[in-house]
Amino acid sequence: MDKSNLSRRGVLKSGALTSAGLALPTIFTAQSAAAFTNDPTGSTVTLGFNVPQTGPYADEGADELRAYQLAVEHINGGGDGGMMNTFSSKALKGSGILGKEVKYVTGDTQTKSDAARASAKSMIEKDGAVMITGGSSSGVAIAVQGLCQEAGVIFMAGLTHSNDTTGKDKKANGFRHFFNAYMSGAALAPVLKSLYGDNRRAYHLTADYTWGWTQEESIKAATEALGWETVNTVKTPLAATDFSSYIAPVLNSGADVLVLNHYGGNMVNSLTNAVQFGLREKQVNGKNFEIVVPLYSRLMAKGAGENVKGIHGSTNWHWSLQDEGSQAFVRSFGTKYGFPPSQAAHTVYCQTLLYADAVERAGSFNPCAVAEALEGFEFDGLGNGKTLYRADDHQCFKDVLVVRGKENPTSEFDLLEVVEVTPAAQVTYDVDHPMFAGGALGSCNPGA
Amino acid sequence: MFGLDKRDTGVLIIVALLALFAPIILNPFPTDSAMAQFNAGYPDLMQKFVIFGIFAIGFNILFGLTGYLSFGHAAFLGIGSYSCVWMFKLLGYNVIPGIFLSILISGLFALLIGFVSLRRSGIYFSILTLAFAQMCFALAYSVLSNPRFNLTNGETGLQVYANDPQWFHRDGLPDLPHLFGLSMRATQKIQVGAWEFQFNAGYYLCALIMLVCFYLAIRIFRSPFGMMLRAVKSNQQRMNYTGLNSRPYTLAAFVISGMYAGLAGGLLSAVDPLAGAERMQWTASGEVVLMTILGGAGTLIGPVLGAGFIKYFENIFSKINDNVLHSWFAFLPDGMEDFMVFIIHPFIGKGWHLTLGILFMLVVIYLPGGLVEGGQRIQGWFRKRGTKTEAKAGKTEPAE
Repeated sequence: MDKSNLSRRGVLKSGALTSAGLALPTIFTAQSAAAFTNDPTGSTVTLGFNVPQTGPYADEGADELRAYQLAVEHINGGGDGGMMNTFSSKALKGSGILGKEVKYVTGDTQTKSDAARASAKSMIEKDGAVMITGGSSSGVAIAVQGLCQEAGVIFMAGLTHSNDTTGKDKKANGFRHFFNAYMSGAALAPVLKSLYGDNRRAYHLTADYTWGWTQEESIKAATEALGWETVNTVKTPLAATDFSSYIAPVLNSGADVLVLNHYGGNMVNSLTNAVQFGLREKQVNGKNFEIVVPLYSRLMAKGAGENVKGIHGSTNWHWSLQDEGSQAFVRSFGTKYGFPPSQAAHTVYCQTLLYADAVERAGSFNPCAVAEALEGFEFDGLGNGKTLYRADDHQCFKDVLVVRGKENPTSEFDLLEVVEVTPAAQVTYDVDHPMFAGGALGSCNPGA
Repeated sequence: MFGLDKRDTGVLIIVALLALFAPIILNPFPTDSAMAQFNAGYPDLMQKFVIFGIFAIGFNILFGLTGYLSFGHAAFLGIGSYSCVWMFKLLGYNVIPGIFLSILISGLFALLIGFVSLRRSGIYFSILTLAFAQMCFALAYSVLSNPRFNLTNGETGLQVYANDPQWFHRDGLPDLPHLFGLSMRATQKIQVGAWEFQFNAGYYLCALIMLVCFYLAIRIFRSPFGMMLRAVKSNQQRMNYTGLNSRPYTLAAFVISGMYAGLAGGLLSAVDPLAGAERMQWTASGEVVLMTILGGAGTLIGPVLGAGFIKYFENIFSKINDNVLHSWFAFLPDGMEDFMVFIIHPFIGKGWHLTLGILFMLVVIYLPGGLVEGGQRIQGWFRKRGTKTEAKAGKTEPAE
């Protein structure tokens, strides 16, 4: 069956073919002449909006996409300008970025690191995106941030709350406007103390990935500092939709506070399960049983309906804020889409403006120049009061809101009320804080 | 050539030429035209084409030849990826050790899983492999990623950090996967008129390995061993009655195809150094089954075509958004434009699964032999037209 037919000519031919094949890649090693990846040369510049359009965070992703489209409209001079009018930096003139019209491409992260990276890569390699932004999950944000560092483009993180994004996994090309788990803990602790006292037993249910772990760690540390005791911490899979098997053990654990380190659809389901099990009517150790959701959003409150009433948590921003920036944003978002924006929409809108502004101030799209313009940048008028982009870890420091599910909502959007605005100073931590240690920012990578 | 007959050599040469000129063939539309949306000639997607081609070729050695339908092949893909990234973390960014380890480790796992699963056949075999794959997924996703013992880094995915040992990493070498200094990300862009072609080092490495894998697959298909595997497919019971023990053959096929999957996983990490657990999920196992059936199970080139087809949809159709649609139909009056966008909207963007599902149904119903059968029919049709005046050849094509 197997006839060897080695002839001199055959060997020569195949040898030549193989060596040509082997030599081929080496002629492509020369780098292109551009000084950085995807230098926009035409009259337009492309940004990549990489958000979850399917999966557990699809609602947040859809809202993020609306905010991105609004931001692009405003940067290009359309609409009413939104927060560009209240932003403390006046570099943006409504004529695009550096005179180039802003175009965008979108992709679906599917809330999976692999899919998110593939989508981001296609934006960089095919569409020539000079900046990638988005992500509604810390796992995805960290994965894409790593990719952007390797490829040499700026990553403006969207909704990512894990300490690791600007802690252990921080990257020189990545920037985060959103607050993080440590800040939630620091903002919530005093409020919890005044509400529930300093002698409580807490039980944690935690989404089993980087964000859940760091939030559990942060809340545990903050509440134990108050004198609370942590009874148990249980990890739940991100893909879980029914939490009753996790809630049942809580009843017999002797705990009197349940901390739900869940977000999005997870939180909606776990909270609903907890309420169905009658946890909120229970009396343990002579105290009312309480539920805390450290990271809150209006979209989640909407999903959980009646169950959120009186439940406390923290949030990055809420549309009912009365400052000029927030009102301008809510007005233009409401005019365009007919409902108020979520905190996810707010943070990605801010990130897009901040990027555009940084390019304008730097006078170049070069990631290193942009990074330099963002580092240590202080600004105001974007809805969170005075804010600092810290140079050491690329994290924004601003006020954090402690919110509560409203008892008597006046509309379907009026679900949360702000209990307290925790000043930035109270949630600021050292760069080498143990919860953020272990990573290195590295140096900025312009690619090419 | 290389001990192949004329026809197989022809197929191999065609595949080689396609792989060599893929950056040009896949970029048929000028960069600035509206149709550029459909260009697939960028490094990431081309790499995916050939890597998933390898995965599907390997799967086809098991499924196409023996008929054993494994629903857990993604486990080997994931194991390969993790092995490769661990080599990056420990040794350095050269891709060679990573690729070898990924083949080795996935081969070991395949031996273990195959040894147990192959005691059953048919649906029981499929369920067993599915169960093993889901176990691997659960292990990678949460069990082996707790803060105390972190082998897989869970949902975030395993990646290389600056403080990893990387014993053989030296200054001057790229901080990315490379082949003796040639970065996998190195891309030469060539402008030809309105077109831009991207020649990427990582792609050509993967393509070269794919050709080797393809060649090996042809040899296996044409060997006495391959004949044994076909015998298993056609009637295993009869084979056993003749006194032959078929299990060593099926186990060998299982391990070989597991190693192919591991190699594909290793290459995925080699071109993008991050390994995520969702690579091992049952949907990923199902995907390779779809690829093989869509392309044509049991044929040589079918799985590669199927892999390309599915990856094209996943990456190109999922990126078309309403904005793009509006620009396509901008020439229509407003009402008509909105209507057209409304009609097409469910099939693009996040609805790409729907489009793929419909096409898959059409292929399975009208072309049971997959895309390869479609190609043969077109070929036959042309041949008939060309030889209309001549007498009918009366020759029947052997069915693959």
